Amino acid sequence: MNRKWLATPYLIWMVVFIVVPLVMIFYYAFTVKDANGTRFALDHLMKSFDSKYMVALGKSFLYAFIATVICLILAYPLALILVKRNKGGAAMLFIFILPMWMNFLLRTYAWLSLLETNNGLLNTVLRALHLPVLDIIGTPKAIVLGMVYNFLPFMVLPIYNALAKIDNSIMEAAYDLGANDFKRLLKVTIPLSMPGVMSGITMVFMPAVTSFVIPNLLGSGKVNLIGNIIEQQFLLTYDWGFGAALSIILMIIILISMAIMQRSDEDMEGGAGLW
Amino acid sequence: MVKKGIERLYLGLIMLFLYAPILTLIVFSFNDSKSRAKWGGFTLKWYKNMLNDPMISKSLYYTLLIALLASVIATIIGTLAAIGIHVMKKKTKSVILNVTYLPVLNADIVTGIAFMLFFVAIGLKLGFTSMLIAHITFNIPYVILSILPKLSSLNKYTYEAALDLGAYPMQAIWKVIIPEIMPNIITGFLLAFTLSLDDFVISYFTTGGGVTNLSITIYTMTRRGIKPEINAVSTVLFLSILILLLIINKRTDRNTKKLGGINI
Amino acid sequence: MKKIVLLLTVLIFVFTGCANNAGNDPNKPLAGTTIYVYNWGDYIAEDTIELFTKETGIKVIYETFDSNETMYAKYKSGAVNYDVMIPSDYMIEKLIAEDELLPLNFDNIPNYKYIDSTFKNLPYDPDNTYSVPYFWGTLGILYNTKMVDEEVDSWDILWDSKYKGKIIMMDSVRDSFAVALKRLGYSLNSADKAQVDEAVASLIEQGPLVQAYVMDQVKDKMIGEEGALAVIYSGEAVYTSEYNENLAYAVPKEGTNFFVDAMVIPKTSKNKEAAEAFINFMNDPQIAFNNTNYVGYSTPHTEAKAMLDEEIRNNPAAYPPQEIVDKCEVFVDLGPEMTAYYNDKWNELKASLR
Repeated sequence: MNRKWLATPYLIWMVVFIVVPLVMIFYYAFTVKDANGTRFALDHLMKSFDSKYMVALGKSFLYAFIATVICLILAYPLALILVKRNKGGAAMLFIFILPMWMNFLLRTYAWLSLLETNNGLLNTVLRALHLPVLDIIGTPKAIVLGMVYNFLPFMVLPIYNALAKIDNSIMEAAYDLGANDFKRLLKVTIPLSMPGVMSGITMVFMPAVTSFVIPNLLGSGKVNLIGNIIEQQFLLTYDWGFGAALSIILMIIILISMAIMQRSDEDMEGGAGLW
Repeated sequence: MVKKGIERLYLGLIMLFLYAPILTLIVFSFNDSKSRAKWGGFTLKWYKNMLNDPMISKSLYYTLLIALLASVIATIIGTLAAIGIHVMKKKTKSVILNVTYLPVLNADIVTGIAFMLFFVAIGLKLGFTSMLIAHITFNIPYVILSILPKLSSLNKYTYEAALDLGAYPMQAIWKVIIPEIMPNIITGFLLAFTLSLDDFVISYFTTGGGVTNLSITIYTMTRRGIKPEINAVSTVLFLSILILLLIINKRTDRNTKKLGGINI
Repeated sequence: MKKIVLLLTVLIFVFTGCANNAGNDPNKPLAGTTIYVYNWGDYIAEDTIELFTKETGIKVIYETFDSNETMYAKYKSGAVNYDVMIPSDYMIEKLIAEDELLPLNFDNIPNYKYIDSTFKNLPYDPDNTYSVPYFWGTLGILYNTKMVDEEVDSWDILWDSKYKGKIIMMDSVRDSFAVALKRLGYSLNSADKAQVDEAVASLIEQGPLVQAYVMDQVKDKMIGEEGALAVIYSGEAVYTSEYNENLAYAVPKEGTNFFVDAMVIPKTSKNKEAAEAFINFMNDPQIAFNNTNYVGYSTPHTEAKAMLDEEIRNNPAAYPPQEIVDKCEVFVDLGPEMTAYYNDKWNELKASLR
């Protein structure tokens, strides 16, 4: 029996529940309903290229990118430390995942209570210590913080898994061959953990780009990101065609950026394997 | 020595960062004031109220039920899928993976509406089933994402050795591959469970008939302000899961020692 | 794995605790039927549904939404057969225009007599065929008397650079444009692109002074004294003054929006009579009082209002005098083209902030 047939139940599921709805999105994006009936048209697509939407798209990618990089910088050392400490159990890991079981909206509201300029806990403390106040609610900084906070566990988990599985004997071999700690990190650990890093980036960057709750709450509604605009099309303007077109542009850009990243992981043995 | 100290400090800081909002919420669940901007004194009334509120207990019930069912089913389908996909040719693999990650890529709202349109088109009344299907669909990619990297780093020959030694393929898979990827399966399951627990947009558009979850209930309170009972419910949920995991962890530790060190 | 499943299942049952509470009263004519009610979140007294089922034997499946638009999207998809919905004025108008509502049989809603005549024959339902008002309010300025020591009587104050960084606007297209349009002396239902452009330009000009564009966050921000001035619904203003006595509410002299949320029966309803029974029940004086008392929004029900605390009844924020009400306009549906135009301009505004 060839193992690949194991995937059959999933493939059926995939076609019905992923492909078909997707086809419907394309349908909405590329058709226009008017007095003459429904016809194939590129109107929605053309509208997306207007500057205000492109600016929102650009900002979304920028903030998501920054948030992803910060997540990576924070998560990698964290994962290294956790792996070193806990070869036998995962209580530590759970502790870092646990916050995600508190409702996301509530946690974001909680940041408001912490960071608000006048009444926020953090600033009240800073003021008492005569330190400068952190006025970031309503700015992109708060949005990036919100993204990092929300998606950090998604970065830690796959990197941790990848690191935990690195065979100790490889590490010892490197040591025997004369590599010091730093060289070992650079030449052995990091490359071997790449599949995990790729997974992490995937699970952080993509949802971050389309978030709309975080900009609404932490950005005080002043920063309009692509997620907000898409939401508007479906709920406010009822221009589903345009919303669908924007989503497709988003998807394509992300797929291309993932493809570029995959080039660095050439033999595709590692990983997520997009393209 | 210094290194250990720095490590501990780092861990501590990250933990502080992650838990600050949670602690804030827990503290506010005892706030005798409906507004988060004012401290009105300590009270347990929100905890009492929450048990009497039918909307909240119903939301909680469905939240847990759907999250559990969806993550279990997604884990089963996803694990089988990952094993199967892993041995496919590069081209097929690539196409399938790209399609798989589409629900991850898409804005929640697009996925949610796409599902809604789809269900209406096939005549499925929105309710428990439609919401479950939607949750399973967006959970599976995360399960696959957790397992696939590990499959790449497995020793290819152990499986073949098992076959050579006379095992049936299913036996070989069950006894050789699954134990090795078990940590990743569990990670995938946990990820799926977490995502389902917290989902709002997709659930909103794929449910109906009175089936609601905690996130939907919370979000629909946003025009009027979030009831403090929600803080109480979330705190209880959070602490229960914490305790649950600690218990499981204790038992896993025991098992780990027995089985000789399978990490989670 | 098995253990996780087992323990979590136990958790579920521990938390459920809600046994099925069937209101068993077989002598009620409509007993045993089920209706689907779709309302704003947290917009009904906590025991109303239970009392209704107890009295009539009709079971209620209750769902909530957070905005008219989300409600509309869900309703239009045909996914659930709602019996009663409680949208806002302009949304009701849209539904009527699209032929989505059933005319009400007022023989089944005798309690309609308690509705104040000010709330009858409104533009969105001129002959009172399809709706029964539930709550109403105005859009106005909430301000902190400690931080604002001048008189607040005009929308202009929100453009005063003295309050830079302390002004909070509403994250809602219609409401924010209403403020800008009214300030310029135009109708808040303007379909004149030049007027809309002017309004948007003034909002872009105001941009640097604005601290935030928010919805429900406005309450906590004002209570916490993060802001000095905010655009807010009267019902929310009443709530905030309970928590911070420095807060006061004013309706500007240029006039403002007057909104009404009302109960309607969509054509998907399978139990029109049961739906009408629900609407009638909601207008029972005691129930109407319970609702307005819990929710805090102003009621159009004369008896319920009479039962309120004098302090609330005479609170000009909650129950403004007639001269003010006369200056107010109800939102009307702008139609798809103008709605798209408003939304495009809104995105332009948002893109210009910060």
